[in-house]
Order: sequence, then structure tokens, then C-alpha cells
Amino acid sequence: MEELRELYQQIILEHYRNPRNFGELSEATHRAEGNNPLCGDRLTVELRVLGDRIEDIRFRGSGCAISQASASVMTTLVKGVTVEEAEALFERFHRIVLGETEPEALDLLAAFAGVREFPSRVKCATLAWHTLRAALHNVAEVVTTE
Amino acid sequence: MTPNTAVPGLLDQEVVAQWREDFPILRQTIYGKPLAYLDNAATTQKPRSVIETVARFYTEINSNVHRGVYYLSERATELYEEARRTVQRFLNAPSAAEIVFVRGTTEAINLVAHCLGRTRLREGSEILLSQMEHHSNIVPWQLVAEQTGAHLRVIPMNEHGELDLEQYEHLLTERTAIVAVVHVSNSLGTINPVAELVRQAHARGIPVLVDGAQAVAHLRVDVQELDCDFYAFSGHKVYGPTGIGVLYAKRRWLEEFPPYQGGGDMIRQVTFERTLYNEVPYKFEAGTPNIAGAIGLKAALDYVSALGIDTIATHEHALLRYATERLQAIPGLRIIGTARQKAAIISFVLSDIHPHDIGTFLDREGIAIRVGHHCTQPVMDFFGVPATSRASFALYNTPEEVDRLAAALQKVVEFFRV
Repeated sequence: MEELRELYQQIILEHYRNPRNFGELSEATHRAEGNNPLCGDRLTVELRVLGDRIEDIRFRGSGCAISQASASVMTTLVKGVTVEEAEALFERFHRIVLGETEPEALDLLAAFAGVREFPSRVKCATLAWHTLRAALHNVAEVVTTE
Repeated sequence: MTPNTAVPGLLDQEVVAQWREDFPILRQTIYGKPLAYLDNAATTQKPRSVIETVARFYTEINSNVHRGVYYLSERATELYEEARRTVQRFLNAPSAAEIVFVRGTTEAINLVAHCLGRTRLREGSEILLSQMEHHSNIVPWQLVAEQTGAHLRVIPMNEHGELDLEQYEHLLTERTAIVAVVHVSNSLGTINPVAELVRQAHARGIPVLVDGAQAVAHLRVDVQELDCDFYAFSGHKVYGPTGIGVLYAKRRWLEEFPPYQGGGDMIRQVTFERTLYNEVPYKFEAGTPNIAGAIGLKAALDYVSALGIDTIATHEHALLRYATERLQAIPGLRIIGTARQKAAIISFVLSDIHPHDIGTFLDREGIAIRVGHHCTQPVMDFFGVPATSRASFALYNTPEEVDRLAAALQKVVEFFRV
């Protein structure tokens, strides 16, 4: 139960139940889709980038608590930051879920550190972030982390 | 609660406890909890007799079959052919020559699809499948349809997961080249009325392939009674090793079909100009076969026969009834697949909780279930769900494990309460 609480932290359950920035984005400049067909996790990420700044972001989709909470947390973190900063967040998120770095206190991404104990769920946590990166790089193909 | 009296047909707990003793893997704990293995539709655990038979083969007998003139090779060949006769008896096939050893159900279906593609399918031919097929009984036909210009047609099902027999009758036409249906659905548990499907197809001279992957471990299969042309199953789903399976085919088809793969053992004489093929079933067993697998499969079928497939079926059916009752009592739980005739498989969705979250949670309780689409995406599409959770039972499962599953699902609901 302890490890389950680590995986499904309150922050994750809270974002899963009340996802932020959920829905369609009008005047999106970038868009990508993520799909893990084996799991049944699906996401669409839409961005409005002005200059080098992510002015707004929305996601929609369905899937497990980890994939949906990860997408929701991601949108709150990258909204308003520069593309370069978003890439840095992507890198840090990966290091955290793979256990390559210890998150700092008060870091929202710290909520995902528990995923490292559940190797089969890393792909759920990372789907949103890979989809974000695909949107920023105008990748047309559907993203998968399976 | 005393499930034994509450569940008619359930075996004496001491009998099941003895059976469990035969499966070494069941003794372990997972995250400190006793393992409740409820993923038997994916693969079954192996009794000691199978494990020891395979080990003994490699320890004492290992050599190639059908070649050596020395003691070990003759012994290996004997055991391999004995395994073929055991499969023949298990399926009540008329002849051991109609038993082809393959890697599994998937290869068996690919073999038939490939050979029919070369002999019978042409532009406009129709391949009739059902809506509840496993991907392994869809994709091989798509591949061969692409090559030949044949088309796939689909027998629809109702909301219980039962085939629409009226539609089936209409779908059988002079263009239908083959009917390929699953005996027991891996994602719904439905037992299809295969004998009836065969009767109707044969009335129009159409051959029938039956995917028996989920059937052989759970109900008595008699290929002469079913009268199907082809019956395929995998060893590992009936307590045998992985990598060994069986294609039963009526002899006339094996005679008519060209070889599936070329290589050693399937030939009589080879020159660079031409090759004479071996007789059936060897014509379809190119290369060194999975000898240890076949012998291990024999041990598994012997094990099942010794317990009695009908005894196993009665026990599993009682478990299914009990589990259905227990799970249905959980608020928000919906069982996917409610056919009147079902084998011991329960697919379900639970409120809006994603099956992967359920699977992870149950894993930490020591309970192994399958979550996902179970290689039946058309079934998931039909029921409008991306995935389900699935508990599937075998001879060694107990009502206590069902109780643990129900209790854990109750905890899941509380944990993820939206």
C-alpha cells in the first residue's frame, strides 16, 4: 500500500479527478496526438506558441490516472514558459521517472517519482510529454511510448 | 461465508488444495501476499510433471528425431510420436497423421490461411470470421486476402457477446471459401456453438477452422463430434510448455495443401531440379521441431486427463458462477460478455477507473489479472471501451482467491473514488 500511495500521490489523484487545461484550444499553432494502443491511453495536445513562448496549452483524451494526471500537471508547468524551458522540463521529468535524479521539494514533478518503482507504468507517465515535444517539433505521426 | 456450500459444483477444497500442490509456482508470495494467479487465459501455470518431463528429456534423452540410428534418437523419436498419439486421443482425432505440431495457435492459423491462399482463395472469395476473433484469427486472413483479392466478412454478435446465428446463415454464400471462428472467446468467455456453425457451413460445402486456444483446457473437445476441418490450440494454455501447439486437420486437406515451409524433415528426396515431399503430417513440419515441447505437452494432456476434463470444467464453472455473483455485487462494475454459454473468463470495467490502474493495484495485492484489449480490438470497439480487466480461472483457482479479488476491487473503488 505504501508504494501504491507513492505512485498514486494525492497530487496525481487530484489532477486525475480534476484535470487542468482540459479541452480544445482555439487558434492553436501546434498540435500532436499520442496513443498507447496496448493500454488504451490517448491524448491530444494543442499549443499556441507566440515567438518562443507557449502562450496557452490544452489537452484532451482518456486513459489511466497516471497518463491523465501527467498531462494535466504538464500543462500547468509549461503554460507561459519558453520552448527552451519546456524542453528542459521534459528532460527533468524523464530523469525523475527513470530515477536518474532526485526531485527537489515543492517540485510538482516530484509527484511522479514513484513511477520508477513501476516500470510498466513509465510509458503512461511519459506519453503526454512526448506528445508535447512532438507538437513543438511539428511531428505529424501519432506519438507512442509503448 | 462458506463458499463450498454456497457454490454448488465447487470441488472439495482438499481436492483443489492437492491439485495446487502440483504447481510449484503457486507457492510463492508476491509483495508479501500469496500469489492469486487469475490470468490463465494468457497462459496457464505448469504442473511439476510437465516441468520434470521437459527437464528429463534434456537431461537424459536429448537428440534429434526421425534421423539417428542410435539409441537416444530412436528414443526421442518414439516419445515425440507418442506425444502426437496423445494429442490425437485428447482431441479424438481419427488419425495421428492429422496432428501437425506447430509453435502455437497463431502458427496453425497462419499455416491454414497460407495454404488455402495458394489452393482455394481467389479474387472475390470470402473469408467468414466472427466479430469476437483474437487478432491471430484476423491478421493471417488479412495477409492472405491481400495476396489473393479475397475479402473478409464478419459474423456480428449481440450485446451479450453471442454470435448472431441468423446473420451467419445469410453470410454463408457460394463465395465463402472458409469459416474461421473461435471456440471460446478470450475476452468475453463466450462458448460458441461450433458444431452448429460447422453443420451449416458444411451444408454448403464450406470448410471450417476452429481456434481452440481457450477451449481445450476448459471443456471436452471432440473434433469428430464438432466435424470441423481444422482445430488449432496452444500447449501453454493447457498447462504445457510455450512454443508448442497443434493443428488438427482432416487428412484430405493435408493431402491437398502444398507445404507451408520448406526444409529438412518435410522431404523425401531433394535434387536441385525437384523435391519429393514427405507424407503427412511431416510435410508440414520442416526443420527440427520443438521436441521437448511436444513431449511436455503430452505430459500436460496426461495430467488434465488424469484429473478429468469434465471434473475440471465443473469446478471452473462453479468458480465462474461464484465470481460473477461476487463481482456483480460491486457498485459500478459492469461485466463485458454475458453469454448464456461461458467458460471461466470474466472481463469487466469498473466505473471510470482505467484497467491499468486496477491491474497495478491488484498486483500489489498479489493478484495477477490481465488488463488491456486482450488482442481483440474489434470486441473493445463493439462494447465502446478502450480496454477491460479480465480474470480468467483454471483448475487450481479457489473461491478464496475470488473473495480476495472482490475485496481488492472494493479497495480500488475507494482508492480512486472520483
